Amino acid sequence: MAVNHTTLKEFMTTIYDSAKRKHPAIEELVSLWKYRDLIYQLVRRDIVARYKRSVLGVAWTMLNPLGTMLIMVVVFSRVFRGTENYAAYVLTGIICWTMFSQSTSMAMNSMVWGSQLIKQIYVPRSSFVVSTIMASMVNFVLSLLPLFLIFAITGVQLKPSALLLPVYMLLLFSFSLGVALLISTLAVFFPDIADLYPVILTAWMYLTPIIMPLEFYREILDGILLYINPFYYIVNLFRILMLEGFVPHFQTWVATAVSSFGVLLIGWIFFCLKADEFAYHI
Amino acid sequence: MIREPQFDTAIFLNNISVRYRIPTEAIQTFKEYMIKLVKREIDHKSFSALKEIDLDVKRGEIFGIIGRNGAGKSTLMKVISRVLIPTDGRVWVKGHVSPLLQLGAGFHPELTGRENIFLNATLLGHSHEEIENKLDEIIEFAEIGSFMEAPLRTYSSGMQSRLGFAVATAWQPDILILDEVLSVGDAAFQKKCIHRMGRFRDSGATVLMVSHSIDQVREICERALWLNKGQIESLGSADDVCSMYLNAMPS
Repeated sequence: MAVNHTTLKEFMTTIYDSAKRKHPAIEELVSLWKYRDLIYQLVRRDIVARYKRSVLGVAWTMLNPLGTMLIMVVVFSRVFRGTENYAAYVLTGIICWTMFSQSTSMAMNSMVWGSQLIKQIYVPRSSFVVSTIMASMVNFVLSLLPLFLIFAITGVQLKPSALLLPVYMLLLFSFSLGVALLISTLAVFFPDIADLYPVILTAWMYLTPIIMPLEFYREILDGILLYINPFYYIVNLFRILMLEGFVPHFQTWVATAVSSFGVLLIGWIFFCLKADEFAYHI
Repeated sequence: MIREPQFDTAIFLNNISVRYRIPTEAIQTFKEYMIKLVKREIDHKSFSALKEIDLDVKRGEIFGIIGRNGAGKSTLMKVISRVLIPTDGRVWVKGHVSPLLQLGAGFHPELTGRENIFLNATLLGHSHEEIENKLDEIIEFAEIGSFMEAPLRTYSSGMQSRLGFAVATAWQPDILILDEVLSVGDAAFQKKCIHRMGRFRDSGATVLMVSHSIDQVREICERALWLNKGQIESLGSADDVCSMYLNAMPS
């Protein structure tokens, strides 16, 4: 009767009582943990389904940033002749930016897809956003391979500082998830955010040293554009660890961590507070 | 009136109201919204889908819900299955509620049948291990056979529905919601479905039946609820409620 006993125990514990709810931000976190197998399936689906019909499959994750980099190098290498190893500079920028811009856009769209399900069954409302960002993180790791290839070609040697990459990835993940939660929530209430966001992203990219060299931004208003831009800290840390090869100053870590975890915390709380209203709006 | 759920209560609703806020004018853009917000010009008409519903359904009971279109039947089901958090009041539900999912709503066309089983079942809240244990049974029930490793886009619509139903009903729910009549697959498969539903009922699941067919409710249910414009018009034995409902209908 062991089997019956466990099912009975489970039956006794699964009580849903709207009068005894915890704070939405905590409740959502607990719920997300309970549905971790769903997150795994959604991440898997995102990765498998995206490439299933293409001939080169997952290789596109690596070819895509490489192609963009080639265009940038051909177009801009004469303009930015002063920048040392422009190819490696631009590729590090593109990899970070692609992860951030693609993952947040896709997360917003996944809410639209997920909303069809949210109207019908209970699942943690953050599942679709969280799984999309996680899938993009897997793509980020894959896109490191072409980076190492370009490093080898252009003679950049990886230093021990590259071992801090996992820490960096945690920060990149937190920042992307935070922004994704914010814009997904907004997009539920204002559908035109979906059209507006790509424009914001384009502007944001040009305000961040992704394609154009750092000196260009330093000269504008004493570099104020850099210091108020949270993504500058993210891309800057990546270049320091991978390209310049030293362990940055404590202050650099703190600045990046505060902006990443801060955005995540704000995004999470905002999303969870509004999540109950989703079913009324979509 | 019972104010707390008892030991044999399956569903307990206390003073449930669901109000949708409908803006009196359409606000399409963020800019427009901000301008109106600052000027405090946003007014909403509120529309009550459910008004102060009290309900107490016992474990193992077969309970019918009737009412005209737009009476709030679906909203009530959504409140019970935790999809919609009510504007006011308390919902208390013990045990798993069967999904209201349109069959196969979470399917992905590029994934194989097997992959879709895992995806869909995890959406329904089952763990990886639980699915492994039920996998053979699901495959057998869905009659998919050799298509198991083929992408879902190669399936006929009947096969997709069968797979969806097989996953949705692979686990015995504590509360079974039957929303209208099942219309999946051919006659033989429908028979299998009805048989499976009957088995759930016999093994003690609480059944909520939402139906337009008054005869069906009268035949199967013990008690029934008549919803009218979001309010309880009548609650009692299925026979009485159905008679009242039919009498009130203009002929």
